[in-house]
Order: sequence, then structure tokens, then C-alpha cells
Amino acid sequence: MKTRNESSTSSRPIRLPGRRRGDRSHTPKADRKGLYQRAIRESFVKLTPRIAVRNPVMFVVWLGTIVTLLVTINPNLFGSVQADIGQQRLLNGIITLILFFTILFANFAEAVAEGRGKAQADALRSTRSDTVARKLSPDGSVQDISSTKLRRGDQVKVIAGDMVPADGDVIQGIGSVDESAITGESAPVLKQPGTDIASSVTGGTRLLSDELIVRITSDPGQGFIDRMISLVEGAERSKTPNEIALTVLLAVLTQVFLIVVATTPSVSGYIAGFLDGVAGATTGNNLRTGTSIAILIALLVALIPTTIGGLLSAIGIAGMDRVAQFNVIATSGRAVEACGDVNTLVLDKTGTITLGNRLADEFIPVNGHSVPEVADICLAASVFDETPEGRSIVQLAQKLGAKFDLDGQPAEGIEFSARTRMSGTDLDSKEYRKGAVDAIKGFVRSRGGQVPTTLDEAYERVSRLGGTPLAVCQGNEIYGVIYLKDIVKTGLRERFDQLRRMGVKTIMLTGDNRITASVIAQEAGVDDFIAEATPEDKINVIRSEQAQGKLVAMTGDGTNDAPALAQANVGVAMNSGTQAAKEAANMVDLDSDPTKLIDLVTIGKQLLITRGALTTFSVANDIAKYFAIIPTIFAAAGIGALNIMGLKSAQSAIVSALIYNALIIPVLIPLALRGVQFRPLTADQLLQRNMLIYGLGGIIAPFIAIKAIDLILPLS
Amino acid sequence: MLQGWIQIALTLLIVVAITPFFGRYMARVFVGQRTIFDSVLNPLERTFFLLSGVRAREEMTGWQYARAVLYSNLAMLVFIYLIFMFQGVLPFNPTGLSAPSWDLALHTAISFVTNTNQQHYSGETTYSYFSQFAALGFMMFTSAATGIAVAIAFIRGLTGKPLGNFYVDLTQAITRILLPISIVGAMILMAAGVPETLAGPAIVPTLENPGISQAIARGPVAHYEIIKELGENGGGFFGINSAHPFENPNGFTNLVEIVALLSVPTSLIYTFGLFANNRKQAWLIYSMVMIIFVGFIVITAIGEYDGNPAVNTLLGNQQPNLEGKEVRFGWAQSALFAVSTTATMCGAVNALHDSFMPNGGFVTLSNMFLQIVWGGQGTGTAYLFAYLILAVFVTGLMVGRTPEFLGRKIEKREVVLASFLILLVHPIAILIPTALTLTIPGVSGITNPGFHGLSQVVYEYASAAANNGSGFEGLDDGTLWWNLSASFSLLAGRYIPIVALLLLADSMSRKQPVPATAGTLRTDTGLFTGVTAGVILILGALTFFPVLALGPVAEAFQIVKGIG
Amino acid sequence: MSFAREAGRAIRSTLVLWVITALVYPLVMVAFGQIAFPFQANGSILTNTQGQAVGSALIGQPFTSDRYFNSRPSTTSYSTADPQNDPDTILQTGVSGASNLAPSNPDLLQRVQETTTQLQQAGIQPTADLVYTSGSSLDPHITPEAARAQITRVATARGLPPNQLEDLISQNTDGRFLGIFGEPGVNVLRLNLALDALGS
Repeated sequence: MKTRNESSTSSRPIRLPGRRRGDRSHTPKADRKGLYQRAIRESFVKLTPRIAVRNPVMFVVWLGTIVTLLVTINPNLFGSVQADIGQQRLLNGIITLILFFTILFANFAEAVAEGRGKAQADALRSTRSDTVARKLSPDGSVQDISSTKLRRGDQVKVIAGDMVPADGDVIQGIGSVDESAITGESAPVLKQPGTDIASSVTGGTRLLSDELIVRITSDPGQGFIDRMISLVEGAERSKTPNEIALTVLLAVLTQVFLIVVATTPSVSGYIAGFLDGVAGATTGNNLRTGTSIAILIALLVALIPTTIGGLLSAIGIAGMDRVAQFNVIATSGRAVEACGDVNTLVLDKTGTITLGNRLADEFIPVNGHSVPEVADICLAASVFDETPEGRSIVQLAQKLGAKFDLDGQPAEGIEFSARTRMSGTDLDSKEYRKGAVDAIKGFVRSRGGQVPTTLDEAYERVSRLGGTPLAVCQGNEIYGVIYLKDIVKTGLRERFDQLRRMGVKTIMLTGDNRITASVIAQEAGVDDFIAEATPEDKINVIRSEQAQGKLVAMTGDGTNDAPALAQANVGVAMNSGTQAAKEAANMVDLDSDPTKLIDLVTIGKQLLITRGALTTFSVANDIAKYFAIIPTIFAAAGIGALNIMGLKSAQSAIVSALIYNALIIPVLIPLALRGVQFRPLTADQLLQRNMLIYGLGGIIAPFIAIKAIDLILPLS
Repeated sequence: MLQGWIQIALTLLIVVAITPFFGRYMARVFVGQRTIFDSVLNPLERTFFLLSGVRAREEMTGWQYARAVLYSNLAMLVFIYLIFMFQGVLPFNPTGLSAPSWDLALHTAISFVTNTNQQHYSGETTYSYFSQFAALGFMMFTSAATGIAVAIAFIRGLTGKPLGNFYVDLTQAITRILLPISIVGAMILMAAGVPETLAGPAIVPTLENPGISQAIARGPVAHYEIIKELGENGGGFFGINSAHPFENPNGFTNLVEIVALLSVPTSLIYTFGLFANNRKQAWLIYSMVMIIFVGFIVITAIGEYDGNPAVNTLLGNQQPNLEGKEVRFGWAQSALFAVSTTATMCGAVNALHDSFMPNGGFVTLSNMFLQIVWGGQGTGTAYLFAYLILAVFVTGLMVGRTPEFLGRKIEKREVVLASFLILLVHPIAILIPTALTLTIPGVSGITNPGFHGLSQVVYEYASAAANNGSGFEGLDDGTLWWNLSASFSLLAGRYIPIVALLLLADSMSRKQPVPATAGTLRTDTGLFTGVTAGVILILGALTFFPVLALGPVAEAFQIVKGIG
Repeated sequence: MSFAREAGRAIRSTLVLWVITALVYPLVMVAFGQIAFPFQANGSILTNTQGQAVGSALIGQPFTSDRYFNSRPSTTSYSTADPQNDPDTILQTGVSGASNLAPSNPDLLQRVQETTTQLQQAGIQPTADLVYTSGSSLDPHITPEAARAQITRVATARGLPPNQLEDLISQNTDGRFLGIFGEPGVNVLRLNLALDALGS
């Protein structure tokens, strides 16, 4: 137990009055004005082969465009064409143009998605500009050096108005810091040494008052802002496991259709030879013209999954971006994906399920004491307690007329610890304590006291109300129980119901006793709870869930949460938390709002659904494209009756299918960026719903669209 | 017409009725539960393992299992190739046949070791009795047992169990499944008229013109016939296969043969259900396949019943298409047999597919393209689940979770293996050689001009790649080009998928299963089964849409229009 | 595991399984067949009163004359040849085979046209089985309709009453299995043997 510092500050960062969280798009002042112009420029930059080759599906289109361009210039390049050269050139030209736009649209989709991140990164980068750091030498002298020269372990002095030069821990001084550069929250945050949470400062934030001595914790280029920049910018964006698997499938499909198309000329050549004999050379040549190189490339591009191929990376980037718009920074796309897979949410009761501040509601005397007596003891035990709970006890006690006189005697505040589970005040030889009921019981017994029988009654009464009972004592005498009222956040029950329908189980962790915990758990609608939990329990519950093959998500902020955050599949650290917690987690919530975990699950699911929906849509489209192209280009073989859409001609059919194929990409960009609307339904209901929209829709939509384009086109 | 449909329906009913019993029996065999043959077979099998140096309790990983398949199959391949090449000096050669050409012998050996039994020869004129029963008959057991073993290992892997030991599975598939049924079946077939003799052909003067003699080819047919069907081998003792009256003399033997060739792949789905402890899933998949199967039978049978319009015009009335068909089978049993034999990758025929109406050509080709309408001995069932994995992957994302099948996550490795084996092997082994054959002058061997000629070529490679073995037999395929190019398709269509399946099973078995919740995509629902059917039809069939369009579909239009 | 051990195991297993499935199984089955079903096991060979083999009950024979019920067209002429002149060594092994003509093949139409004309000239109403070649080229059957269509011709050629031929046809008709599976067929060789027996 250490003596409390004279200054009384909270162990939690105090949020000064300011803008509250509410509008969720308050990402760091990203400039979105030039977004689309920039994206259009980027679309062309991405035509560079080195960049284009990264997307196998679209690279096939890229190569196809080159070939069609060549046969537009010289239609006889790959063997002489039987048809009118001029007409052939026109058709090849049109195909080239559409293919070119197909690639541009796909590039544009990616560029728009990236652009949003880039804008955010630029805003962040502006804060990172080199500042002058006042480095403290071991002898105490101050030396001005560039912030980029700071190394881990260096100590710097930051004076009001300075930019914090790098991430670090405050080791001396108190000051309020403007963290709006990273959180978008304009309210300054108080920083001071010693406490776990409030001592960490982030490079690029600005000190508004006083001065701090900071020990640097990161080397240049590896600070929090640097990581955030590279994350939102997508520079370090590596494909997620699911995205890789999908890319493999799309690549295999592309190869399949490559083989199909590459073998078509010899098949149709054989048939053309037969038709020459039975139906005359004109019919045979019609078939050969129908399978000219440009048309085959058109067929290939129509068949390969360009829709999902073009939008795949945009969907992934947009998923990260949606997380960012929630003011959460995900360290990897993998983490966002994992959110969708989460089976179990481990939630702290306080701050997540209940409003962070429990308030003292009533003092219940035991052992024949009176209420004012109890109030006096409560006041004495809480006078150094600056937590909201402690203050509310002081307030209630003062309201009841309690007084606590120091009389100039030396008083010492005893801080709460997870081990002792109590706090209090030592005055002279008197020990005032308040804390968990069994902790106080132990304390009293250790001082030779008796536990009054009425204590348990009071304890149970409070517990059954869902409140937290704290026992208070002085020395070996228990005076009463404080009823700390817990308030469950509104709307949580509905959200937990939704989660349950989605197959996500919620476990509440609390230091409260079983009865209190069960009352709160029931009120909030969580599936399970662990009462009287220690920090070790947190990691144990994660491990036991994982042993059953489940994916677990949790939030945390303290250093002792770090192992659990690292163990969890999705660990969300509060930005207000310690560096250790932030490093162990794979997401950081800039708003420090633990409830967001629930939103993250939704975002993760939405990301996966969007990807699956567009893949299904893309593959389902092939039926219509096949029925548009094959019967018309092989019409000479007598299968014109399969042209069930009644398209005007082979040329019109191909161009219509290709135009559809190209236009569907920009049409779907908003969906890819916004994500498929998510509804909290069971898997079967979701499958049914999405299958109907994207599967059946994917079969029907292109039939209608291609027919419509065919009707509009002036081709004969 | 109604009578024909009744025959078909009753045959299918028998198959369905057998499924749970046979499926349960197979599950018992491979789980190692007691079966009726234990007292005889346990000591016998122990002796076999001792002689072959197999440690029965040794578990194999996917790659070890695959290597055991490859090594054993290679040993068998070399062994039977030698028998063919020395058949001239080996015993049981009453017709005095000498060794076939090296490439034909090679193609035959590969074709039989891969459970395909594609025959570029006529049995009675090419291979001695010894080659037939000691080499071809041998492969009919081992190649079928290899397929069953791979399927069982695959099912074990999917359901999270260790894969087992290939040699144990191979031996038990023979001693406990194929051999006992074959012994009983051979006796039944003999009683029904199928020959079983080592005597050479009987030469008799014909009744109408005693100056002309008839050679009645015979041989040890009955024991060969039953395993030919049961093991989905399909290689006829005689050139004309089950259309030959000695292989399939009457309606009864035809029923026995159809049921035998459908029994293993249908029942294996049920076996899966027992392994996965989810019979509902098994019956749903079973129903899905059955619906496609019945649809295919209806399409084919209607074509044959309606007959050839051009011929009907000549005859002045509507007659079924009996070209290449036997009177005792008629349109109904011929259509049922054709669809069943291509669905199950048996490849035996009781009527000539080349002469089927385009409906039949379309269906038989589609069966081989899809490979899962029951599918090959063992491998078909495995493909079916690989498709399910693919369907889970494509559509499963739409429920907002990383897709999982039987509680195991489908990730990159599974997608690579499943998509490769399901989607890519077939186009490589069918379309590429087809294109080459049609491009290289003078190798195609096409005997029916036009669209049907294309079907002939595609059919041959599809049959090889799918390890079916039936053919559009008019094709002049006994050439060096065909022997070697078909061998490529045979090998690619057999071993690449087997290795991929085993590795897939291995990686699935190593995954930590995730407990099912309301958020888990259930695969045992009608909805998901329907989705799977859609995925199968889109991914499996669209690849071959162009060749189907220019082959049977164009031929159908051609016949309707009467051109050419 | 070493290559040698794996290969050794593969070879030894091959040999062990070969002995069971390729030697023991077939030879036991042959022995069983010869003892239990000697008639069927040897090809259901029919003999005349002198004990000479005249054909198989399961294999058709070519019949084209007016005195016999004609069998179906066969691409191998029912595996027959002139013993004095057999360049294709048909009589050494016996053969089977089919036309394999596609329905779209003009050759098929041409052939059917010719056969139809011949049948019509002979006064026989052409049925599918009589114009289409069989699968095996050894089909022992024709349909009952095809048999009945030939009654007048045979009756005329042999001077027999048609209703007697009707009876012979029914006696030599193989029905469906259980009355359900397969199609009824008239065994042409047995019918014609019975016809000859009648005549003698």
C-alpha cells in the first residue's frame, strides 16, 4: 500500500465536457472533396502491369484488352477473317473499349475504397510532421532534437502547446492533452503518471496545459500513429485468409473458363468443316467468324468472375473502413473477419453492460448501528476514494449529515486492489475499510472481530436488487452495507437477443457476488456470467471457450487485461487503456466504448456476407451470359433456338453481355463499400434471404439487363 | 409406355430399399464393428497382412495413404501389363491369342487399374481367358476396393477421425464386401444362364444354312460379370458388354446387374450419414442426387421411346429407337441401364450409347461431366462431399461466418484442393485432349459425321477422365493416339483427384471442430441441399455448356430439322 | 518409411490379393458352375436328337429365308462365317458388335430405308426390332409383333395353318421377369427349331 499523493485525481482519465460520441462519421477530419477525382486518377495508375497483375481475374481482362486492341488495329493478325474487315474492326474496337472500361471500373472501385482510407491517413500524417523534442539528458539538461531521432527509453519534456513527440508514458507531471487527432474527440484528456491508464500519451497529440516528463516507448516510425496510418492507408494490407481462399477459387474458375474458351476454336472449327460440307461454305464461315479471337476473348471475360474479382479488394478495404468509421482501428483485416466468426463475447459488467458509475443509494446499518453512524464510517472510509463510486458514497453520507474530521492528524488512503478487494482510510490507529462483503468479513476476523448475523441479510437484500453491496467497518466492527446501485444500459437486452439469434453467446464478467451478478445478468439478458471474477478468470474463460473450438471476443483496458486480450481471437483495447493493452489487442477503440464490440461483430458478419453475396451473384450471372453468347455465336450450327432471350444477333448479344458485365461493377460499388444490409437472423434465415436476392437475383437480373441493352443497342 | 416406367420405378425402389442395410453394413465393416463373417475372415485377413507386411493398426496420414494407393496401383499396373504381354505363352488361352500391341496393352492396363475399364478392344478377340480373369478380373476387385478405401478414408477425415490404413481398407473392401457379394451373385447369374467355363468357343452349323458355322464365344463369364457391375468396373468379357446375351441373358439378370452397379455408390452416402452421425444429411444428399438421376432417366427414356423421327417417318408410325438395343431390354431397361452406368461410372452397357437419341447423349455426357450423380465407386461419394464443401464455401459466407462444413472451417487449403479436383481436372483431362484430337489431322477416328462426331470424341475423353469406361463405341479408338491420349485422361482423372481428396480429408480431420450455434450454416436442410444442387449444376455443368451445345443439343436440332 | 518397405508392401499385397481374387475365386466359381449348372455354365448349348450342338438357347442365328421366322438384322451376321473361307478368323474366337450408327447418321437412314423396303416387299409390316440392328448382333429375340407379322409368310412357305404358328410363337416367347422387368421376346432359334420339328 502506498501513500496517496496529495493531489486528488481520478484513476480514470477524466473526460472534460465536450462533444459526445454520437455522430459516428467523425473520423479524423478526412478531406473527402477530392475523393472521386483522385479515384479516377488512381484507376488509370492502376493500369500499370505491375499493379494489375496482383488481381488475377482482372489481369486476364487486362491481357484480353491488349489482344483485342491488336485485332482492332489488324483484324487479320491471327489468321484471316472471312467476314467484312471493316465491320470486324468495328466490333473488335467496341469490345476493346468495353473491356478497357471493365478494368477501369474495377480499378475505380478499389481506388474509391482506398481513397477513403488515404484521406484519413493524410489527416493523420499531418500531425506526425517532425517536431522538436526537448530531450532530457541523464544530467537533467534539456536538449532540442528532432522527434525522429528519439529512441525508446529516452525521456522528453513536453510543455503546454507542444506536440507530444512520440508514444510514451508520463513519468512526471499532470496535464490535459488534446487527442482529437486520433480520436476525433475534442475533449481534452487528463494525463498523469502512476496510474495504468492515464499515463500513456500518444505521439502527435498536443499538450494543452502544464508540463509532462514522458518516457518514450516506441522507436521512430513504429508509434501508434504510424501504425494507424499504414493501417488505414492499406499499405500493409495483406489479404485475409478468407479473401485468399476466395481469390484461389476465382483463379481456378478463371483457369477453367480459359480452358473452355481456348478449346472452343478447334471444336467449332471441326463443326465448321462439317457445315461446309452439308450446308455450304457460308454457314461454315459464319461459325468461324462467330469464334474469332476478339469474340472468344469477349466470351472469356463474360464468363470469368469479373464482378467479384473487380470488387473483392474494395469489399475488404471498405470493411476496414467501416470499422474505422466506428472509430475503431483494426490492426488487420483478419481481425475484422474474425469478428464475424465470434461465438462468444466476454464482456465486463461495469462500463459495458451497466453504466460505468455505480452510485451509492442507501446505507443499511447492521449489528444495531444507526444510519448516521454508518454514514460517518462510510465517509471516513471513502474520503480518499476518488472513484465515482467513492464520490457518490461521500455525497450520500454528507447528505445524511455525516462528518469526518481529520483534526490535523495524518491520514492515509488505502487504495483498492484486485487482491484485497477493499479500500479505506487509516487515521491514527483507526482503520476504516469498505469493500466486498467477504473481504471485509476476512478483515474483521483478522482483527479479532465478529461477523454480525444481520450482515448477510443486508447483503442478500442488496444483491437481490441487483446492486453491489459493500460492507463498511472500522477495525473489528462491521457497521453496515452500502447499496451501490447498478444501472443496466438501455437497449442491451434487445442487442443480446439479436446476438443470440446470430448464434453468439455472451458471458458477463464481474467482481460482484453471485446473486448480484445473476440479477444483473438476467436484467441485461446475457447468456452466462462469472461472478467474483479475478483477472485470471478472464483468461480462463477465454481458454475454456476456445478449447471447445469457439472464437472469443473481449474488451479490456488495463495492463492485467493484456494476456486475455492477446488470448482472445478478437481483443479490443480501449484507447484510454495502457500501451500494453493496446499492443496485445488487435483492435483499438478510439472512443473507449466497450459496447462497440457488439457493433464489430455485425461489421465482421456484414463483410463476409457482402463477399459471399457478390460471389454468388457473379457466378449466377454466368447462366445468362452463356445463354446470351453461346447460342448466338454458334447460331450457324442450328442451335439458334437456345437464344431464349431473342437477342438480335451474335454481335449485339456479345456487346450487350459485355456492357452488362462492365456496368454491373460500378452499379455494385456502393453495395461493396456500404456492405450488404445485415439483419440479425439465424444462419438459415440469412441464407434463404441472401440466396433469394443474390442467388436467384443473380440468375434473373442479367437476363433482363442483357435483353434491355440488346434492345437499346443500335447494332444489328 | 406405362409398363416401362413401372419397371424403372420398381428397380429404383429396390435400390432405395437396399441402401440403409448395405450402407449400415459397410459402416460396420470400416468402423471395425462385428460382422457376420468375423469368425472366418479375421484369421484369414491376419494371414494376408502377415504375408504382405501390413501392420493393421498403423494409422496413415493423408499423404501416406495417397502414397500407398499410388505404390500399390503401380505394382498392379506393371503386374497385369506383364500378363498381357505374355498371354501367348500363359495358360487358359483356348483361342490361341497372342500379345496385343504395347500401346493397347498399356491403355487396357491403365484403364483397368483406374477402375475405368475403357476398352479399345473386343474381349473375345483380344485377351485370353487368363488375361481376362487373372489380370482384368483381378483389377476389378482391387480398383473398386481402392475407390471404396479412398471414400472411407475421406469420410473418416471429414468426420474428424484418423484416415485409417489403406491396405487394411483395401483388403476388407474385398474380403467383406466385394468378394462375398460376388460369390453369391456369380452363382445367381450362372443359374440364370450366364456361362462359367474354361472351354473355348462352341462351333455349330447354323440351322438355316449348315454350310455356314456359328462361333459361340463363351468363357468364365459369370464370376467376372458380377464384379464388373458391383465394382463399377464395366469392362465386358465380350466386346459388346452387357448387351451380349451371355453377359446379360434376360430381364432378371438385367435387374441384378443394375441393382449391383447402383448399390455401392448409393449406399456409401448412407454410410457417410452413419459416420457423421447425421442420417438426415445423408438422406438429403441422397434425395438431391436421386432427383437429378430420375430427371436424367426421364429425359433419356423419352428420347428412346419416341424414337428417331426420320425413321418413324419411314415406318409410318412411332417406334422406339432400337438401334443397338436388345429386344429383351427394350427402350425402358436400355435407357435405365445407360443412365445408371454413366451415373455410377460403371461403364457397362446393355445397349449402344452411340446409337442413342441426342437426349441420351446429353444425359450420359452430363453424368460423366458431373461425376456425382452417384458417381464412381467410392470416388463419386467423395466428389459429392467435395462439391458440398465448395457450395458451403461459395454460399456459406452469406450467413456472415467463415464457412464451415461439419464444424470444420473451410480455408485456403481446402478450397485449393476441392476447387482443383472438382473444377479443374475435368476440363484439363477432357477439353484439352478433345481440342487436340480435333485439330491434329487424321487422328480423330470419328465414324458418325457432324455434331455427333464431336460427341464421340468428347465422350471418349469424358469417359476416361471420369473413370467411366463406356463409349460412343463407333469411335475408331484402337490407335496409338487414342490409346496414349486416353491414358493421359485416365490417369489424370483418377490419381490427381484421389491425392487431392486424401489431402483434403487429412486437413479437415486435423481441424478443431467448432460447435454448431444458431449462427452456423446448417448443411442438413432442404434449402442448403437445393443450393448445393445449384452450385453443382452451375460450376460442374456450365464448363461443358459449349461442347454440349455443339454436340448433342445441335444434333437434336439437326434431327428435328432433318438436315445433314 | 523407406521406399523399399513401401514398395515391398505394395508388391506383396498385390500378390496376396491376386491369389484370392484372380485365382481362387474364378477357379472355384468355374468348378461350382460345372458341377451345379453344367448346362448354363457351358453356354446353354442346344442339341438335336442326334446329340449334335445346333446353337445356344441364348444366342440368335441368322434367318433370312421365307421358311423361317427371320431374326433381327445383325452387323456380324450372328458371329457366323463359312468355315472354308474365314479371313477374319471369326470362327476362331466368335465375335459380337453393333452398328454404332448415330441417329443423325445418314447411313443409318439409308440402311433402314433399304431394310424397310425389303420387309415391305416380303409383305411384313416393319417394326423397330426388324429395321434396327441389335446391340450385340447376337440378339436371340424378336418382338412378338414382329413374329406375328411373319406368320403369313412362313405359313405360306411351309404350308402350315397360321394358328399353329401362333401357338409355337407363344410357346417360344420369353416373358418379362415376374411379368415386370424386361420386354417379352420370341426366341427365334428355338421357334425355328420347333418349326423344323413340326415339319419333320
